[in-house]
Amino acid sequence: MKKVFFAGLILLLVAAPFFLKPYGIYLLSLWIVMTIAAIGLNLTLGYAGQISLAQGSFVGIGAYAAALLTTTGWPLWAAFVLAVALSLAIGWVLGYPALRVQHHYLAFVTLSFATLVFLVLRNEEWLTKGVYGISGIPRPTLLGWSTKAPIDFYFFCLGVLALVGGATWWLVRSPWGRAFTALRENTVRADSLGVDTRRYTLMAFAMGSTLGGVAGVLYAPLVQFIEPTAFNLNLSLNLLLMVMVGGSGSFLGPFLGAAVSVLLPEWMRFGSEGLYLIFYAIAVMVLMAFCPSGLLGLAERARRLVR
Amino acid sequence: MSAVLQVNGLEKAFGGIRAVNGVSFEVHEGEILGLIGPNGSGKSTLFNCILGQLPPSAGEVRIDGRAITGMRPCELNRLGVGRTFQLLQVFPQLTVRENLILAGQEHRGSMWSRLVGRRDAGLGSAADRMIEFFRLAQLAGEKAGTLSYGQQKLLDVAMAFMAGPRLVLLDEPAGGVNPTMLAGLRERLREINAKERATFVVIEHNMEFVMSLCTRVLVLAEGRIIAEGTPDEIRGNPQVIEAYLGG
Repeated sequence: MKKVFFAGLILLLVAAPFFLKPYGIYLLSLWIVMTIAAIGLNLTLGYAGQISLAQGSFVGIGAYAAALLTTTGWPLWAAFVLAVALSLAIGWVLGYPALRVQHHYLAFVTLSFATLVFLVLRNEEWLTKGVYGISGIPRPTLLGWSTKAPIDFYFFCLGVLALVGGATWWLVRSPWGRAFTALRENTVRADSLGVDTRRYTLMAFAMGSTLGGVAGVLYAPLVQFIEPTAFNLNLSLNLLLMVMVGGSGSFLGPFLGAAVSVLLPEWMRFGSEGLYLIFYAIAVMVLMAFCPSGLLGLAERARRLVR
Repeated sequence: MSAVLQVNGLEKAFGGIRAVNGVSFEVHEGEILGLIGPNGSGKSTLFNCILGQLPPSAGEVRIDGRAITGMRPCELNRLGVGRTFQLLQVFPQLTVRENLILAGQEHRGSMWSRLVGRRDAGLGSAADRMIEFFRLAQLAGEKAGTLSYGQQKLLDVAMAFMAGPRLVLLDEPAGGVNPTMLAGLRERLREINAKERATFVVIEHNMEFVMSLCTRVLVLAEGRIIAEGTPDEIRGNPQVIEAYLGG
């Protein structure tokens, strides 16, 4: 049953772009990018229980690394290396406050960090070109395969998602995933059982942030023009929403949450004129109020009801 | 007999209150030491200071002669010191089996080897044996949060033994457990004590449980040890009766 579901999903993702117009392909690619960032936040928040309001900033760090390098002639893989190194290191450091404070205090620490990153992107013009943004970001060519066309770039993104998804699937099922869950559920008890809660907390932040950076590296060549406001607090809150709506702490949650956040508003746009965002907001409020475990929690409930 | 645990002049003050006020004792290998005393006498604080959950204000703790004061709980655990807490502390979203594997996995290999290694960290059969031993077999795949209080308590205790510790500090293992299950728990503890030469320190309010399990008993009142002896000696000690009944 599960295998059939996954095989069908993969088939759908591979076939979909052949039936879509460029804008549809663009939206699906954006869904992939946001899914990768949300998978990262789901590691930090959903599995390890550490709230972060700065995931969007790591997408920004990755995107600027990609934009600055590729517009000066570097290949995209160099941007991947730089973005991964940067977000791993910065994510690790951002984990230190989490060793002292939790919950809303930690939310404020990460919120301040998000503001700091935004200010750097906007004000340090010598590096980031400030409010003017960076345009003409090229799409990569891999071993002679140009990803310039939307459909080619979509498959490039899908390949990265497959790698990220596979690695995460492995991670959350390894003893690390178990240690992350223990960290979320009861830090003191985990510590008393030999779980080095400090190192796991730092690793949860570093790994989650790194996936934010990876998403950014894809985001820049996808939209081909970036400017600071794309990576302000809105994006972080949106990613948080994706994790919560999809089902925090479950593997498929981010996939579903990103679909709701990226694709649903676009789909609702048709037929409801200007009201669609209001309907969307109401739907999210109702879901969170009645099913805090998100859409996957809702599906689980429905399944139990049928049985 | 060598001392597995030595506590020398341990003190812990919270503001003006001396919760632990100069406590010294030794626990020998294979011993089951009971620690009793009225509510608020400092028993749990003493455990927390020994095990690194709280920094002591003064004094030192040694395990096998090695000073461990200031070590983190996870480091101590990997030295072979296990514990349970007064309140239930299992991981409700993990299954019974996963709870047990978690309790042992950090003792094997490096952090990185656990990332690439086997899912059960090679502890699957050890966990199954522990599940058998604590009579939890039919619950192995259930999430710990769905178990009854008594079953969770058994799991909680079982987790403390997963890594094969030399010394285990149990904080009220009998609290809230029904009499039948309690008899089972006592038998399990005796068996582990006899087979593995594991040493226990047990905080407990259930006198019948303490007196039938422990070989020696310490009585704590207002942060100090006021009596020490075999269960029979403690039972007849007027100071102990005084401490419990007040005056």
